[in-house]
Amino acid sequence: MAGPDLAVSPGQGAVAPVLAVTGASKSFGAVRALEDVSLELYPGEAHGLVGENGAGKSTLVKILAGAHHPDKGTVQVDGKEVVLSGPAAARDAGIAVIYQEPTLFPDLTVAENVFMGRQPLRRGRRIDAKAMHHEVVELLGPLGVQLDPERIARGLSIADQQIVEIAKALSLQAKVIIMDEPTAALSAYEVERLFRVVENLRSRGAAVLFISHRLDEVFVLCQRVTVMRDGRRVLSRPVAGLSADELVRAMVGRDVEERREGGAQRGEVVLKAERVTREGVFTDISFEVASGEIVALAGLVGAGRTEVARAVFGIDRYDAGRVLVEGKALKKGAPGVAMAAGVGLVPEDRRLQGLVMELSIADNVALPSLRRLRRFGMVRRAAENRFASEWVTRLRVRFGRYSDAAAALSGGNQQKVVLAKWLSRQPRVLIVDEPTRGIDVATKSEVHRLLTELAHNGVAVLMISSELPEVLRVADRILVMREGRLVAEFSHDQATEESIVAAATGQLEMAS
Amino acid sequence: MSTFAGSLRQPAGGVDGGASSRRLADLIFRAREFGIIAVLIVFVAVTTSVQPRFVNSQNIKFIFSNAVIFALLAMGETLVVVARHIDISVGSVLGLSAYLSAHLFSQVSGMPIVGVFAVGLAIGLGCGAVNGAIVAIARVPSLVVTLATLYIYRALDVIIVGGGMVVASTLPNSFLAIPSSSWSELSSVPYLAMVIAALVAFTAYCLRSFRSGRELYAIGSNPDAALLAGIPTGKRVFTAFVLSGGVAGIAGVLWAATYGTIDSTAGYSYELTVVAAVVVGGVNIFGGSGTVVGAALGALLLATINQALYVLGISSFWDPAIDGFLIVLAISLDHWITVRLTSALRKRSLYHVV
Repeated sequence: MAGPDLAVSPGQGAVAPVLAVTGASKSFGAVRALEDVSLELYPGEAHGLVGENGAGKSTLVKILAGAHHPDKGTVQVDGKEVVLSGPAAARDAGIAVIYQEPTLFPDLTVAENVFMGRQPLRRGRRIDAKAMHHEVVELLGPLGVQLDPERIARGLSIADQQIVEIAKALSLQAKVIIMDEPTAALSAYEVERLFRVVENLRSRGAAVLFISHRLDEVFVLCQRVTVMRDGRRVLSRPVAGLSADELVRAMVGRDVEERREGGAQRGEVVLKAERVTREGVFTDISFEVASGEIVALAGLVGAGRTEVARAVFGIDRYDAGRVLVEGKALKKGAPGVAMAAGVGLVPEDRRLQGLVMELSIADNVALPSLRRLRRFGMVRRAAENRFASEWVTRLRVRFGRYSDAAAALSGGNQQKVVLAKWLSRQPRVLIVDEPTRGIDVATKSEVHRLLTELAHNGVAVLMISSELPEVLRVADRILVMREGRLVAEFSHDQATEESIVAAATGQLEMAS
Repeated sequence: MSTFAGSLRQPAGGVDGGASSRRLADLIFRAREFGIIAVLIVFVAVTTSVQPRFVNSQNIKFIFSNAVIFALLAMGETLVVVARHIDISVGSVLGLSAYLSAHLFSQVSGMPIVGVFAVGLAIGLGCGAVNGAIVAIARVPSLVVTLATLYIYRALDVIIVGGGMVVASTLPNSFLAIPSSSWSELSSVPYLAMVIAALVAFTAYCLRSFRSGRELYAIGSNPDAALLAGIPTGKRVFTAFVLSGGVAGIAGVLWAATYGTIDSTAGYSYELTVVAAVVVGGVNIFGGSGTVVGAALGALLLATINQALYVLGISSFWDPAIDGFLIVLAISLDHWITVRLTSALRKRSLYHVV
């Protein structure tokens, strides 16, 4: 790490920072989301903030937005310390946050959205609609954006909604404008327009903190860039003279964990996706998973991985292509058919989708297998318990009684119950979505062991994971998705964190 | 970077596209109120063609005296509904206010009519404040809160009234004349209807022109964003409930003057008709849009239908069915308009996508 590299952006001289975060730390329970992070923004600069998923960017943004309070550290605006106790305090301090998907009032006009709660008044404390209209026209004009102030916000594109938020920030005379992945849902034209708007904000002396997963955008737009990793700041430098390679390395940085010994025997192809497309979500996805193989689907959050899994399993419909299990095409949008064909899905959010929290452990495990456990149409409690106990023991779930509610278990044990639920059906294809999110290290390696064991027993495993060490450790092959497309495939031996990150962020050609 | 250096293509719509989309939106929303008026006219025309006696001054007076109370209640209800809440205790508040205020005439000799209105208003404001406080402070869903107070206020009414009632002979003639007095014997529009119409227009103006009014719409349109915009959400919602209660209190006094005989069933199940009028009047039941003028017109439409059935000799048992049909029609129309409007607005703002 290059020491306290606080070079002022070109042409700024010895200007004082408009925003200075010093030594900010924040923990959620045992998880350290942010550790001793400092950040300085200077007037008139666009500052990129990059890092992998979970690097702590969102936590930092939430602290600046007043949504989280740091455990340690200070925030200064124009050299004065401010306490950002809530969104209103952040706003009053001159900090505005433009979220990826702004929350506007859909029934109210653009002008009202900009000025809600602060409308210009005329005699008798009545709203001066004319003045409001003119002020919005004056705010939008220099931004080069044509939006009718009197139209209602319903139906505005996301790009236009962001513009409304930016106009609001300008009307508040915000000194610091934070854009949290603003370009994720924008078309190329809209991105171009947003960049012109950012240039305009800079020329007015505002500091823009620009968060993006697209490194090329950071190089085009920003004067300086800060890289975060594992809750820490690892780099803060002028963009000039920095290569994409260096940036990717700074983002990944950590030591690569030990790799799994020897891949399993690759059998016949069990799951096959052929040019599966869902309009606007993912395009032209083709892959194969063979029995005995673990294939990882890597990529950034929002790249469309979960959506692919849901389509393959039949939860969501797709517009084109087909999914085959053992050579037979599955019916679209029919999870029951997929289950009958031997496909299991362990979803991303076990609380919402994987478990019925109020039901007992035994009930949860037996849920997808009830058909096999019934006699004369009735489910026998004893059979259910016997059935559940077998799987729960095999997965080493730690629990009190089978009749305990699933909600009483720890996160890791809940995840094991979800796995037990699907393994008990002895699937031929198992799709797991973020199998170790939010569970402790010990349970994590147990889940890894389980997946590996399954593959050895001939199951085809498709694993979605945002944790690169996990992907590198467990997977035989790694498919990388970016913005709804498959962009790269690596074998277990080829793959490195750098190459996966480069592919996922669109820096493949520069990094390889 | 080549992606960003390419020549900029101008958006297709531009300012003109924006202005016309505004006109479109305006037109549709204003059309909403014109729509109710159109339905009203068609309905009256059809009824008259079947039964020419329908348009006589007696019937029209009857419709107005019926409609003013519901129009008033619907106006108060709208304040609550645009903020994404609901007040179903208004019928009970009306009942309580009607009995207690009219009862004063027999208790206090020489009781001024203004005083009676003040008492009715105070009762309504008090009931509304209880509703508003529980909703705003305890954050209990308003449907549950006002369902509870619907029963509680009605029970209070029953306990106070017992088996008794106020009869018209104990009420001063000048009080009983309020609902029907008009410019001349020939004029069929009573003063009261004009006063209520003016009040509705004034409320509509306030909702449009004051920050607090717009903030009610903002709360209903997106409660989270309202909090982020620094709107005192709790205070505004509380005020809306207080006003709705106060309006129901006044409506109670008018009810007493209109019917003369008041027992513990006054205003029973009125809340359903009021919500019906609000929805038929184009107020979005999920908040954010709709006007008090529309809601008042909705009440007028329902009252007209009620009277028309009577004049046509159709059993009044059909009345609730027709109200129900209108609700479904209004909500379907509302949904259809929203979907159409959204896609129309989206098309207009769609820039050329590279």
